[in-house]
Amino acid sequence: MIVHSIFFYFFSLIAIFSSLMVITSRSTINSVFFLILDFISVGCLFIMVGAEFLGMILLIVYVGAVAVLFLFVVMMLNVAEQKQSWFIGKKSTHIPTGLIVSVLILLELLVVVGGWKYKEDIMSSGTLLLSEISNTHQLGLVMYTDYILYFQLAGIVLLLAMIGAILLTFRERVGVKKQSYLNQISRNPSNAVALIEVKSNQGVKLDD
Amino acid sequence: MIGYLEILGQEVYKIIFLLVPILVTVAMIVWLDRRVWGLVQKRKGPNVVGPFGLFQTLADALKYIFKEIIIPASANKVVFILAPIVTMTLALVAWAVIPMSEDLVLANINVGILYLFAISSLGVYGIIMGGWASNSKYPFLGAIRSAAQMVSYEVSIGIIIINVLLCVGSLNLNDIVIAQKELWYVIPLFPMFVIFFISSLAETNRPPFDLPEAEAELVAGYQTEYSGMMYAMFWLGEYANILLMCAMGSILFLGGWLPLMDIYPLNIIPAPIWMILKILFLFLLFALIKAIVPRYRYDQLMRLGWKIFLPFSLIYLVLTASFLFYFDKLPKVNI
Repeated sequence: MIVHSIFFYFFSLIAIFSSLMVITSRSTINSVFFLILDFISVGCLFIMVGAEFLGMILLIVYVGAVAVLFLFVVMMLNVAEQKQSWFIGKKSTHIPTGLIVSVLILLELLVVVGGWKYKEDIMSSGTLLLSEISNTHQLGLVMYTDYILYFQLAGIVLLLAMIGAILLTFRERVGVKKQSYLNQISRNPSNAVALIEVKSNQGVKLDD
Repeated sequence: MIGYLEILGQEVYKIIFLLVPILVTVAMIVWLDRRVWGLVQKRKGPNVVGPFGLFQTLADALKYIFKEIIIPASANKVVFILAPIVTMTLALVAWAVIPMSEDLVLANINVGILYLFAISSLGVYGIIMGGWASNSKYPFLGAIRSAAQMVSYEVSIGIIIINVLLCVGSLNLNDIVIAQKELWYVIPLFPMFVIFFISSLAETNRPPFDLPEAEAELVAGYQTEYSGMMYAMFWLGEYANILLMCAMGSILFLGGWLPLMDIYPLNIIPAPIWMILKILFLFLLFALIKAIVPRYRYDQLMRLGWKIFLPFSLIYLVLTASFLFYFDKLPKVNI
C-alpha cells in the first residue's frame, strides 16, 4: 500500500507541476509538451485507480490524436512570437475571459463532486476494483443499455461539429490542377503514345 | 520494504531478459532486411563482417558510437536530444505486453491491445519533436508528412483491431491468441489482414510509404540533422517498431504462439519458436515489399488511407458484426 501511495503522489505531483507549467511557460511549444506530460500522468492515475480502459483511451485519443493536432497548429502558426503581448499590454482581454471560464469550471466541479458525495450508491472506484468483470465490459454494459440515447446523441453532436468545421474552412479553389486517378490508371500505350511524322519547318500540333 | 525490493529486483531481471534479446534481434533484422534487399536486386548485400555478414550491424553500431554527435546551433537542444530517446523508448516499452507463449509475457494486462495501440500512436512524437527541434526546412517537412501519415493510418488500424475484438470479446492479448485455436483470423478476416499489413507499412514509414524520408525530395526527412548515436537510436527505434507491428499482425491474425496445426510433429515445437517464425515471416514480406514496390505520391497515400481503407474497413466491420449477430456467434462474456 505504501508503494501504491508513493506512485500516486509521484504521478499527481507530475500532473500538477506540468499543468502549472502549461499556463506559465514562455514558449507555446513547451506548453504543448507539458500538456502531453499532463495527459500521460493523468492516464497513469486512471490506471492506478483501476480504470484501465479510460486511461488507455485517454492516451490514444488525447495524446495520440488531439495533442498532435495542437502541436501541428502551434508549430505552423508560430504563435511563440506573440507571447509577449498575451498577458501584458493594454489589449489584454485574456485574463477576464480566463477568469470567467475557470470560475465556471470550478462551479461545475463543485456540483459534480457534491452530487457524488450526496448520492452514495453511485458507483465509486472501490466497487470497480472489487467486482469480477473487467473494466471494459462494465463500461459497455452501462453505455450500450442504460445510456444508449446519450451515447448516440454524443456521436451526433461530434458528427455535426465535424461537418461544421469542414464547412467553415471549405473553399472551392479554381485553377488548381488535379490528377484524375481513373484516367491515370486506365492509361495505356495505345492512347498515350503516338508516332507522328513531322514535316520539316512545319512543326507539329498535338491536341489534348 | 525488503519484499518490495525483491519484487523490483525480479522485475528488473525479467525486463533485462526481454530487452537484450529484442535489441540483438533488431540488429539481426537490419542485416536480414539489407540482405533480402540485396538478393532481390541481384546483389550480395552485406556479407563481409563475420559469417554471412551477420556482424555488419554491430560494426555499424560501433562506428556510430565513435562518431561525434553534432547539435545544430539553432536547434532547440532539449527537444533535439529528447526526440531519439522518445522514439527508442516507446519502441521498446511496447514489447512488455507481447506474449511469446501462454506464460512467457512480462505484463499480461487486461487491455493489452489498447496498450499496444496507445504506444504505437505515441510513436509520432519522436518524429515531430526531431523534425521541429532541428530548426531546418527538410526535417520539418518530413516530420509533418510523417505525422499526418501516421495519424491517418492509425484510424484504419483501430477499426481493424475492432474487427478482431468483435470476434474475440476480450482486449487481452492472450485471449486473442487462444480464441484463434480453431481458426486463425487470417482466413475469415483476410481483407482486414491485407489492409492491416499495408497500414502497418505506412505506420512505420516503410517503403512504398517512406515519404517522410524520401531521399529525392527531403534529403533524409526528420533525421537529416542527426548524427552519430542519436541517428542510430532513431534507426533502431524504427526497426523495433517494424518488429512490433509484425508481432501485432501475428497476434491479431496469424494465431500468435499457436502451432500451424495441432498435430503431432508440429505441436512439440515450443510456442515461442512459432511466434518468432510468424514474426519473421511478416518481416520477410516487409523486406520484399521494400525491394519491389516504388514510392507512392503523397496525395495517393492520403487517398488510399482515407478514401479506400477507412470506408472498406468500416463496411467490413458492419459485415462482421452482422454475421456474428445473425449466426449467434458473438463471443460469450463470462460474467
